[in-house]
Amino acid sequence: MKKVFGGAALFLDRSDINTDEIIPAKYLTEVTKEALKPYCLEDLKLDGFDPKGEKLKAARVVISRANFGCGSSREHAPWVFEVNDIHTIIAESYARIFRQNMFNGGMLAIELPKADLDRIFALQSAGTVSIAVDLPQQKVMASAGGKSETLHFEISQFDKALVEAGGWVEFADARY
Amino acid sequence: MGKTIAEKIFDAHLRDEPFPGAKVLNLDRVLCHEITTPVAIADLEVRGKDRVFDPSKIKAVVDHVTPSKDSKTALQAKMLRDWARRHAIKDFFDVGHNGVCHALFPEKGYIRPGFTVIMGDSHTCTHGAFGAFAAGVGTTDLEVGILKGVCAFREPATIRINLNGQLPAQVYAKDAILYVIGQIGVNGATDRVIEFRGPIVESMSMESRMTLCNMAIEAGGTSGICLPDMTTVDYLWPFIQSDYANKEAALADYKKWWSDADAKYEKVLDFDLSRLEPMITYNYKPDCVKPVRELAGAKVDQIYIGTCTNGRIEDLREAAAILKGKQISENVRGIVSPATPKIYQEALKEGIIEIFMAAGFCVTNPTCGACLGMSNGVLAEGEVCASTSNRNFQGRMGKGGMVHLMSPATAAATAITGVITDPRDI
Repeated sequence: MKKVFGGAALFLDRSDINTDEIIPAKYLTEVTKEALKPYCLEDLKLDGFDPKGEKLKAARVVISRANFGCGSSREHAPWVFEVNDIHTIIAESYARIFRQNMFNGGMLAIELPKADLDRIFALQSAGTVSIAVDLPQQKVMASAGGKSETLHFEISQFDKALVEAGGWVEFADARY
Repeated sequence: MGKTIAEKIFDAHLRDEPFPGAKVLNLDRVLCHEITTPVAIADLEVRGKDRVFDPSKIKAVVDHVTPSKDSKTALQAKMLRDWARRHAIKDFFDVGHNGVCHALFPEKGYIRPGFTVIMGDSHTCTHGAFGAFAAGVGTTDLEVGILKGVCAFREPATIRINLNGQLPAQVYAKDAILYVIGQIGVNGATDRVIEFRGPIVESMSMESRMTLCNMAIEAGGTSGICLPDMTTVDYLWPFIQSDYANKEAALADYKKWWSDADAKYEKVLDFDLSRLEPMITYNYKPDCVKPVRELAGAKVDQIYIGTCTNGRIEDLREAAAILKGKQISENVRGIVSPATPKIYQEALKEGIIEIFMAAGFCVTNPTCGACLGMSNGVLAEGEVCASTSNRNFQGRMGKGGMVHLMSPATAAATAITGVITDPRDI
C-alpha cells in the first residue's frame, strides 16, 4: 500500500531517541499494529513534548536529530508511527534496523545533514511547520508563516525502490 | 586486496544485488521468538503466503514471556507454536525446553562459522561470536527471511577493535564491552560490523565472546564478530564431529573465514585493558559508563542476574563465587534467571543454585524476564536495579525505573551490600 508523505511536523530535538521511548516493551504483547496506536512515544521525556498532546495527534512528519530509533529491532516502532499517520521521519541519522524497518514498510526515513536540519528547526519560530516531500526529485520543502526552505536529500536507489514498491515484502515477492 | 571475515561471508552468500550497494544474502538461519514473529506469521496468512523457505533452517523459541502471563502473551506463544507445527519446524522450543534465544540456539550447535543469521531481535549480533554474520532485523525482514530465505543489507564497513593485554582479576568480558561502548558511543558503530580481535578475545571462552558480541548493537553495530579458532571448534565439537576427521581439520576449514592480513578496515581501535576496572553504566544510555568505584555506595532495590548478555553458566559461576556463604542485603530483592534449561541443570549440579537460594535469591525459570520489563521482575516508579543485562534505557525494566548495567560479579557484590559495590571490595 502506497503511503502519503508530508504534513504537519513534530519536532523532537534530541539525539539517540530510542525504540523503548517510541514504544515501550510492555506493549509488544499486541499482535496487531492498530492496537499500538495510543502508546506512541509514551515514555519519551522531552521538554515541551506531551505524548497525549495535540501536537502529536496532528503530526504527519517527525523531525529529530542523530541516531534516531536506536536500541531494539522492534518494528513496532515504525508501526506506531504508521498507525498514527506519520509516514515520514526526517533526521540527521538513524539506527540501522529502524531505518531499514521504515523502508521495509514502504515509509520514508530521510537523512539530512545537520546544517540543513537546523534550517528546518529554525522555521519553528515562524509558526507551525508543514513538510512536503517530492520523492522523485529528492526534495523536502518545509514552510511556516510565509517562510520556507527547500532541501535536497540523498536516498539510495534500493530504498527508493522499496518505497515505490510499497515495502520489502512486495519487492522481494516479485523478485525472488 | 584482502577481505575481512564479514566481506568473505557476504561474498559466499550473495544472492542478488538489485542496486549498487544493496546486497541480498542467502540465509543459513532464520531464528524466531514469540514477540516479533507472530505479526509476520499473521501477515503471511493475510497475503495467502503462509509458507516457509526451509523448515530445517528456521529455529523458534518462546522466551520473552514464558510461561505465558496473560491472554495476550498466551496468544503470541500459541501463534508461534501452531505455526511451527503446521510447517514441521522441528527445532521449536516451548515451556520445559525453552530459554533465552541467544543462549539456547548457540548451545544447540545451530550457529557455525561463516553462517548468515537473522532474527527479529536486536541482540542477534551475539552469534557473531562463532564467526558468523548475525544481525537483528525487524518483522518485515524476518517475514521475507521466513518466506524466501534472503535478507538485504548495505554491505557494512568493519571496525576492528583489538583488546590488548590481559583482563585483571574480577574484570570480565562485560566490563570490557561496557568500556568499549563508553569509548565509541551508542552511535559509534552504526551500520558497521565490529570485529573483536586481540589477545584478550583469543583467550576468552565462547561464553565471554558472546557477552562481547551481544552488546555490539549498543554501539549501533550490525554484527559483532570474532574469528573462529580452537575454542570455537571445542565448543561446537559435539555437533560437528561427524563432519571432520579431527578438531584440527575443523579448524583448518574454519580458517578460510579469517580476515586476511591485508584486509581493509574503516578503523582499527586498540584498547589495552590490562588495568581495566569493573565498569558500570549510569544515566539512560549504554555509553554512559564509568568505573564501579565512582558510583560505589549508590542504593539499589533489585539485583538481576541473567539475560542473553550474562545468563550463561560462566556468569552464574562468577556470581556464585562471590555469593558463597553470604546473604544478600535485606534492602534488596535478588533475582537470577539461568538462560537455558541446560545451564539451569548444570548450575544445580555444581551447587550454584543452592548458593543463590541460600543467599536469598529468587531463582526463576529460563526467560528474558526482567530485562525488558515484559514479564517478571518489573521495577516500580523510582526504583533502581543492578542488572547484568544490556540496555539501561529510561523505563526499560518498568516505567520510572532505572537500570545500572554491570558484570555478574559486580551484581553479586552489590546484592550483598545493597549498594553499588566493586567486587574487589568484597
